[in-house]
Order: sequence, then C-alpha cells, then structure tokens
Amino acid sequence: MTYIAKPKFHHPGLPKNDLGFTRRDYEGKISTLCAGCGHDSITASIIEACFELSIAPHRVAKISGIGCSSKTPDYFLGNSHGFNSVHGRMPSVLTGANLANRDLIYLGVSGDGDSASIGFGQFAHSIRRGVNMTYVVENNGVYGLTKGQFSATADRGSKNKRGLMNTDNAIDLVAMALQLGASFVARSFSGDKTQLVPLIAAAIQHKGAAFIDVISPCVAFNNHAGSTKSFDYVREHNDAVNRLDVITVRDPITVDYAPGTVQVVEQHDGTRLALRKIDADYDAHDRVAAMTFLQRHAAKGQIVTGLLYVDPESEDLHAHLDTVDAPLNRLDEKALCPGSAALDKINASLR
Amino acid sequence: MKPTDISAPDYFHKVVDCQWACPAHTPVPEYIRLIAEGRYSDAYMINWRSNVFPGILGRTCDRPCEPACRRGRVEETPVAICRLKRVAADFKDDVKHRMPRPSAKNGKRIAIVGGGPASLTVARDLAPLGYHCTVFDSDPKAGGMMRTQIPKFRLPDSVIDEETDYILNLGIEFKAGQRIDSLKKLLGENYDAIFVGSGAPRGRELEIPGRQEAAANIHIGIEWLASISFGHIDKIGKRVIVLGGGNTAMDCCRTARRLGGKDVKVIVRSGFEEMKASPWEKEDAIHEDIPILNFMVPVAFTHENGRLTGVTFQKVKAEYDSNGRRNLVPSGEPDQTIACDDVLVAVGQENAFPWIERDCGVEFDKWNMPKVDPKTMGSTNPKVFFGGDAAFGPKNIIWAVAHGHDAALSIHKLLSGEDITERPLPEVQVSSQKMGIHEWSYDNDISADKRYKVPHRDKVVALKDIRAEVELGYDVKLALGEARRCLNCDIQTVFAAPLCIECDACVDICPMDCITFTPNGEEADLRQRLKAPSPHLDQDLYVADGLKTGRVMVKDEDVCLHCGLCAERCPTGAWDMQKYLIDMTHAGTSCPSKSRSAA
Repeated sequence: MTYIAKPKFHHPGLPKNDLGFTRRDYEGKISTLCAGCGHDSITASIIEACFELSIAPHRVAKISGIGCSSKTPDYFLGNSHGFNSVHGRMPSVLTGANLANRDLIYLGVSGDGDSASIGFGQFAHSIRRGVNMTYVVENNGVYGLTKGQFSATADRGSKNKRGLMNTDNAIDLVAMALQLGASFVARSFSGDKTQLVPLIAAAIQHKGAAFIDVISPCVAFNNHAGSTKSFDYVREHNDAVNRLDVITVRDPITVDYAPGTVQVVEQHDGTRLALRKIDADYDAHDRVAAMTFLQRHAAKGQIVTGLLYVDPESEDLHAHLDTVDAPLNRLDEKALCPGSAALDKINASLR
Repeated sequence: MKPTDISAPDYFHKVVDCQWACPAHTPVPEYIRLIAEGRYSDAYMINWRSNVFPGILGRTCDRPCEPACRRGRVEETPVAICRLKRVAADFKDDVKHRMPRPSAKNGKRIAIVGGGPASLTVARDLAPLGYHCTVFDSDPKAGGMMRTQIPKFRLPDSVIDEETDYILNLGIEFKAGQRIDSLKKLLGENYDAIFVGSGAPRGRELEIPGRQEAAANIHIGIEWLASISFGHIDKIGKRVIVLGGGNTAMDCCRTARRLGGKDVKVIVRSGFEEMKASPWEKEDAIHEDIPILNFMVPVAFTHENGRLTGVTFQKVKAEYDSNGRRNLVPSGEPDQTIACDDVLVAVGQENAFPWIERDCGVEFDKWNMPKVDPKTMGSTNPKVFFGGDAAFGPKNIIWAVAHGHDAALSIHKLLSGEDITERPLPEVQVSSQKMGIHEWSYDNDISADKRYKVPHRDKVVALKDIRAEVELGYDVKLALGEARRCLNCDIQTVFAAPLCIECDACVDICPMDCITFTPNGEEADLRQRLKAPSPHLDQDLYVADGLKTGRVMVKDEDVCLHCGLCAERCPTGAWDMQKYLIDMTHAGTSCPSKSRSAA
C-alpha cells in the first residue's frame, strides 16, 4: 500500500474538457490495491472515459459490493455519489437507487467473486430487468483478498500459483449477459486502454443494461504461467472483433489502429458510436450469432474482446414499468397526494 | 529512437537541471536535502567543494540554477536555491577542522595574478596538492571585485573575510598591495605556471558632450563603488541619475540612496524587460523607491560654470528587423533633460591588459582579449592560464569559480607531465534509494508550498546604514519549508525493461503523465504520441526497449516530480529510484577519489 498522497501537481499542458476539468479532477484517493493490479488500469480508464464525456462528477453514482474490485470506486470520481454495499448485492442497491432517481448515471463496479459467485443471482436479475447502468466486472479469476483461490470465472484446466489445476467449469459472464438480454455487452482487457476507454464511454451513454467484462490480471495471485488471466496469456490469446470510437461533442476518442470498415451506430439518445470492424464476419447487432461466435472461440482458447453486442433500440426498466419521468426526490406534495378524487378513481378500478 | 544510454554521465546530469545549469555543477538537491535534515555543516562543505564561496554566493550569485529549476516548470516559481545556500553558511558549525590541511610542498611554484574568485579557486585547488601558490593583489585584502564592487549591504565584509581566510589558511602566500605591472617580469621569476585572474577592472566610459566639462560629478560605477568600499567616498548629491541597466547599476543606485541620494533614478537605453540586471536586483531597487526609466538614450551632459546640471536623453523605441534583431530607433518625441547633481555611469566593464607585453607568448585576438581555450583555460603561452572576467570578459562569480577549477586541473596536469587537453570524466555514483517496502531514503511527499520570501530589514533602517545587510536570510523554519520544495531531481527514475510486465501501473499513477508505452518512432513523432504534451525539446526523452510487446517505454523528463510513485506502484521493481551523484573532476581527483558523499 502506498502511504504518500498522489501530488496535486499535474502536467501544465493537461487538456481540459467542456466543464473545465482535467483528467486529474476525476481521480479519487490513491489506490490501496497491490502494485500493478489490473484494477488500477480499469480505474484509470473509467477516469479517462468520464473526462472525455465531460460528465459532471456529481451526476454519477458508483455502487459496488465486496472484494478488491469493489474497493476501486474509492479511487476514481472522488466527487461522485458512492455506495459500497454488501457482498454480491451491488445490483439490488443499484436497481433501487436507479428507480428512486433515474437522472443519475449509474456505475456498478463488481468482481468475479462478487458477481459470479455470491451475487450471481443479483447480477442475473439486474441484467434481465434492463436497469439503465454500466455494469463493470473486474475479472481476475481469483479470490485475491483471501489469497488466491480459484473463482467461478477461472477456466477449467488453468493452474493456480502453486500449480494446482482448476477442475470446475468456468462461468462466462459475457455469455450469461447475452443470454439474459443485456442490450450492450462488451469484453476488454485492463492492459489495453485504447480498447477499454471507448467501451466504457459507450456503455455510459447506452440506455439500458450495459455489461462490460474486463479481464484484469491479479499480479499477486494470478499472473503466472498456467493462468489464463495473466498479462501474457491475455495478450497472446486476445481476439478483438472490433474497435470502438465514441463520437462526442469533444474530439472523438481516437484510436491508433489500422483503418477498417467503419460502421456508425446511432443510439437511442442520439449518441453515435463508430465501430471499426476487425473481424469482417462479426455482426455486433446479432445476439444469437454473438453467443455462438463467443463459444466457438472460447473452445479454441481464444478470448474474444470488443463490443460484442449492442441494441440501438434498447429500453430500460423505467420504460418497462412506465414510471414517472421525474426522480422521486423531485416530486412535490401535489404529485404525491393527488387528492381524494384520484383515490376514488383508483379504488373504483379495483372493485 | 535509440534507447537512452543512461550510463553516459551527462544523461542523468542533465535531468538535475540546477546542477547542469551551474557552471561549477554544484550538487544542489544533495545539499538542499542536508539543509532539510539540519545538517548545515555538511551542506556547506558540499558547496565549498564545488563553488568555494557558499556564503558569498548565497548572497550574490547570479543563480543560473534557478531559471533552470524544474519546479519553475511545474508551478510558478523555482526553489530559492541561492538563498538556501546562504542558510548552509549561516547555520553551520565551525568547519575549520574540515578544511584541507596545508600539505608538504612539492616544490612547484604558481603565481596567481589578482585575488578574486577565480584566482582564489585556483589557489584552493592547488595548495592542498603541495603547490606553493603566491597570490598578488593591489588591494590590501583578498576577494577582488567581491570585496570592492559589491556593496556591504548585500555582502558584509565578515562573510568575505571568513571564506577568503579558509583559502589563505591553506598555506597560500598572499602579497597584498602588489600590483603586477609586467607579465614578462613575472615570467622571468621562474614560476612553474602563472594564472591570470585580474578581472575586468575598467568601467566603460560614456563619451558624450559635456563629459569632460562636468567630470567632477560624473563617476564611473565600479570605481565609485570601490572608493566607497575603501572609505574614500561617503556622500553623494541629492539628485542622482544612474546610467545603465546591469547589476552594477542596481548596486550604484541602491548605494546612492544610502549616501544621501533622495531622488535617485536608473535610466536605461533598452526596455525594462531586456535589462541585464537580474529580476530580483531590479525588484530590490524599485523597493527602495528608485524608479527605472527605459527607452532613453543619453545624448549629452548639461552643465553650468563647470558644474553638472543634468542629462539630456533621446527617446527611442524598439523595432525588430526581419531577422528578429532589435534596433532602438528614435521615437520622434522631443528630447528630455533631467536635472541632477551627480551621474553614475554603469554601462559595462572592459578588460585591460596594459601589463601583458605582446611579445611574451600570450597572443591576443582582434578585440584585444587573450586567446584562451575555454576547456583548459590555457593561453598560447603553455605556462600562462586565464580565468574569471580576465578570460572572456565580464561574467560573474560562479563562472569565475568554474574557470578556476578548470585552470587548476590544467596546471596540475601540466606540472604532472600530462596532456592538459585530456579531461578526466566526472566521478558518478548511482545508488538505489529503496529502504524497504514503501520506504525511500528521501522525502518524496511533494510539498505544494509556494516559494518563501526572504525576510528583509525594515527599509527605513536599511537606508540609514550602508553596512546594514538588507536581506536577513531564512530562519530555520523558513529554510525547512523552502528546502522541502526541492523536487530531488537527482533521485533518478531508472527503468529495467526485462523486469517490466507492462501492467501500466506507472502510467496510471504518474501525477505528471510522464510515462508512455507506445510503438517506437523518431523523436519528433514520439513526442506527438506521448500521454501529455511535450513542449520543451531541450528536455530529454528517456527511451527503453526490450519489452515483451515490442513497444518502448518513453519517459519525458520535463516535469517529473521525482516522487517515486512509479517505483512505488511497480509490482516487479522495473522502476527504481536511484540517487545520482556527480562529482566534477577537480585538480587532484583525476582518478576516482575516495571522498564520500554526505549521505
């Protein structure tokens, strides 16, 4: 753990966004995770995405459960709302908060233990309901806080630090999210910010349940030969299907990859995504094909990354439930107590 | 780009901007850390080794280090390096026992002409090696221009006495009141080598109408200052005009205020910004109610009955030609005459070598300056060396010291039968500062404090006494605060590519966005692809290859805080913070010395 505070000085040439903030203004406290943790890169990516989108920090609610990953909301967006909830219960707390105040941007941060084990059901239902959120799983395949046991996302046949083989089957959260109806599904790698930052930015802009599985090597317990979640293994087996640019009012996030076919996806709210195809056969609008593609490549030991599925016509839970447009805290007495005539009408409808 | 060769002594030396900018290459961060620890004597001795006159320079140095200081690029103001040097001198214990002992003589005799900073540096470097050094000076005491031209309210005699004594006590023969008026005669006295550090003793004249007629009230700045120093002059008229915009002009006007000048003005040809005087000296003058009028060229002294009545000025403006060269052209406004009782002319200094016969092997160039090799300080006569203002015209004390070191090394090599053009490389020590997990041997918690002001004596009191030092110096508390502003640029970030797993931890934590992992390219291209803009092309990029992904690590040294967070957050120890100490080669250290650093 680092004891000194990160100096407040920043590079004099650091750009500012539309709100006049630099990237540094989106930081939180200094990380207490192990040095080199992949999670810190995801933190940096969330900071970068929020900066690029010129998000007002006080319009964000970051909600997490328990685990190394769930500690990270302390390290970004120091001026946002935060709720560090019970183990595996992030999705329920987030759903409740979202129903109460639909105007905030909801950022759910969880890990493989938090979402694929104790909170597996919670994960499933929040996705199934289409809660408008960005659900990030910082997936390292290992229980770091308890010193390195296999987690539910560890691949069968992969080895732990002591050389023991995992004999259980792995849960693929991306496959689950696709099956459960998430309207934005992506996978990325903490060691590839050029891919990850635009994915987070697009997920934040997406209306509906946006799920991102980020493979995030655990330097302390899962970065050895035999691991399938190590820096080396992921770099060798990464099969990116596409690259994404989010087109914002500010300059679009530029990526330094060879130009391919660019497909512009207009989302419901008018935001646009520029999708550069890498795999010509891959169609990010076909849920069933995506599931097949994913499993076929998984069987070959490849890790498919990129924007795997997006539904431009997505809806969220509020639309399904036909809730009131205003956040609950802005409803005044008149709206909340419509009077006895309204009550009579309701009562009559129930007779 | 080619990977950076960090084993070349210059690479990390350049990162220590202050030390690189200092002509004598004083290890600034090293002594500032010692000040922060309260080890003032150790800090003093580090300075003494490099720059010989810490107490004097801590009050009067031109501070080339401060504009170079990295802190000035990170926030508004650099570390007050110069005034911290004074702190070491002010608070040290008795250091006499730490000075070199006069050693047994080796039988070689060196004549040193002039007793100023360059000469005394040569004597200090050579005497401990056994050379018999004889210093000739026309003044009664050693110090040269430090004693005669710098007013006592900036530099008290006690400080000069102390620091010149440290040198003279090394067994040096000081011939006071002996002006050398013939080099030929000196050469005839069979010295093994001669060093000329006679300064630039002549103040430049201003030959405009009225100069002769009003001569009684027109004084040449440096001569006037010297006369005050010797007590020959103790008053001046009420209305004084100082002509010239250098530091001597600033000393003249402030001295005039103390000798009875009520209405003292500095009038310069150029614009205020282009004046040669250091910004802080201009500030001090303005603080003492001395206006500085600019873009005014003196054209005549007015006089009545042989008495000066004023100075007439032509008004000019700056125009720039297509080459960007500035020309001062008449602005068309009418000339202005400003009444005054006395004028001090401080428009520059000149070298004068009437005492060097042109047929004794020392060749002169077309500007009547000796031909001197800037590396060895040797002249065309192999036995005669030059340094200080005598070598290349007026500079300043710290340059004189640097020349002295170089000349002493040459003399030592010459008299050891070695080739003086072969200059030994400096001695470099690099050592990791990691003490344990999250423990570093230096204070890496970066202070956000702004530059501390040096307390000044109350103006009313200061102006009454020409010997009352104006600057009071930092007290211990202020010194500690200022010392903590130093970014420890000598604690270098050292990268070992074979250990790196490219986890990005350093990239993410770096507060200044110095580090980028990217495909290699030419420097101009790489500078475009860094994580933060890279506007200072004189600041090096540290490039390392050998990474698994084939990318390179590029670190822009420009605004690195040397906080060590990259090393702190590196899981594999690929980054390390290593202290880089460079000891410039002085006479007698041509092979690695056994001298230990303080830390």
